[in-house]
Amino acid sequence: MTGAPLPEPAASPTATEDGVPSTARPPQPRWRQTLGLLARNPTAAVAATVLLLIVLMAVFDESLAPSGPNEIAVEDRLQPPSLAHPFGTDDLGRDILSRVVLGAGVSLRVGFLAVAFALVVGGLIGLLAGFYGRWVDDVLMRFMDVLFAFPAVLLAIAVLAVRGPGAGNTALAIGIVYIPVFARVTRASVLGVREEVYVRASRSVGASDLRLLSRHVLPNAAPPIIVQTSISLAFAVLAEAALSFLGLGTQPPNPSWGLMLAEGRGFIDLAWWLAFFPGMAIFLTVLCFNLLGDGLRDVLDPRQRTLMAGSGR
Amino acid sequence: MGVSVIVFGLVQLVPGDPIRLALGTRFDQETYDALLARSGLDQPLVTQYFSWAGRALTGDLGVSFRSGETVTSLIAERLPATLTLAFASILVALLIAVPLGTLSALRPRSVVDRVATVLSQIGISVPEFWMAIVLILVFAGTLGWLPSGGYVPLTEDPAGWAQRLLMPAVVTGVVSGSVITRFVRSSVLEALGADHVRTAQAKGLPGRQVFTWHVLRNALLPLVTVTGVQLAYLLSGVVVVEIVFAWPGLGQLALQAVQSRDYPVLQGAILLFAVVFLLINLVVDLLYTAIDPRIRR
Repeated sequence: MTGAPLPEPAASPTATEDGVPSTARPPQPRWRQTLGLLARNPTAAVAATVLLLIVLMAVFDESLAPSGPNEIAVEDRLQPPSLAHPFGTDDLGRDILSRVVLGAGVSLRVGFLAVAFALVVGGLIGLLAGFYGRWVDDVLMRFMDVLFAFPAVLLAIAVLAVRGPGAGNTALAIGIVYIPVFARVTRASVLGVREEVYVRASRSVGASDLRLLSRHVLPNAAPPIIVQTSISLAFAVLAEAALSFLGLGTQPPNPSWGLMLAEGRGFIDLAWWLAFFPGMAIFLTVLCFNLLGDGLRDVLDPRQRTLMAGSGR
Repeated sequence: MGVSVIVFGLVQLVPGDPIRLALGTRFDQETYDALLARSGLDQPLVTQYFSWAGRALTGDLGVSFRSGETVTSLIAERLPATLTLAFASILVALLIAVPLGTLSALRPRSVVDRVATVLSQIGISVPEFWMAIVLILVFAGTLGWLPSGGYVPLTEDPAGWAQRLLMPAVVTGVVSGSVITRFVRSSVLEALGADHVRTAQAKGLPGRQVFTWHVLRNALLPLVTVTGVQLAYLLSGVVVVEIVFAWPGLGQLALQAVQSRDYPVLQGAILLFAVVFLLINLVVDLLYTAIDPRIRR
């Protein structure tokens, strides 16, 4: 999620605002500047690399996992970590490493889907509210306030109670929870851009609303939204794990990290590795999304550093 | 108002017939109809909403389908446990965040600062339930110092109460504390750079005095807001931790209600959480006006 899919005009009017000294060279596309700056931030670069590895692991899960995730071998049950089973085996003799590798796919898919949903719906709401203002703003944002008044986990639990458990519904539930967050961030960012000279100039020469929004407002309002996306991915993975842990998310025998933790909980004094490794996987993924979000914020949106710390949790 | 419509609407969408569920598999049509009429589930939805909302305003949230107790009494029974845990957690969070955040702001880029940054990043990213399990494994399993969970009222056994409160409070406190640490750090840093601080230093005031009266006072003002917001989030984060530590609070109640399709209890619990959330935000706003003269007109 390093900003590649952004609709970027080649020469953005704010290209020099990011603290990059402007030179005589033709301005680079902004996403390349961003990548360059990000690469110079060691923490963010490491986080991005680890995330890339986790995503690759999730994509090639079947061929990477040493054995099938649901391959039962009762004679091998509850084996401590060894060479044959680096993360040990569970109570049915299933290889934990394989299940962690396959769990990456489940956890990440739910996380990405949830954030994509929240980003599209919340972003659209925030865009409309911020751009048109007046009653559109009032109606949409009051509705967001109401949604925001619910504690996140509880709202997700309620949505799952309505829709029934499962991976798709979990993504929907987490997505709904994060709609107001994206709506607020987008609205605030659009408000800041709406009255810029280039937007007014474009409007004065008769550009349509659609053109204004897509060519001028959205690209320039994007940085805080990108940062929020990375941070939300962290929380979405965490929320998926929590919901699965409660038995409301991904259902057995699918290996979701949260579910594995819940299953391992019963064997905690017998076999610590059952709960330890899935937890470590969640922690590492969430940590990397957070670090990447921080790095992106430093590069894209330095003013927001203090404002958004920890929003959404 | 809007909150109540959503709570009601959401719960109405839950699939499954609660009366059928409450009665079990063997029942006759007559009992079924009688129960249906008594619970008001045969009325149109709008009528159901207004009668529910009207009664909710007077504190009557209905009767649990499952146990037959009133929802209000079920919630009242669970509320103290959840509030205890939430306040203990916020205490832990502040005890971590204020010293750590201030120290790292006073020496930016020092070892302390770096360690604090790493620790808070870890605290934000660690799954609460996993930390809970690891703590149980270490302190209840291997070391055997603390009970692995449960709850005893303070009045019956203060020591046992504290022992059982410690681990859940630390788990949720560490997470909130990490968020607050980052906030304290940036807010102290900002106050350090403010003009009035430079003036105070230029006047020749001793460093300690400048720090307590000019830096800390200003830096900790916004802390009220963050702490309030975190307290509200805590109430929600507490759900999972309550389950792991068998802490008989509202989160546990809500989850059980979902599992047994106990609409009135679920409605009541969610409504209460939302109301508490709004109340905390209101109190924070009021408190902020009270302590920050700049906001008062």
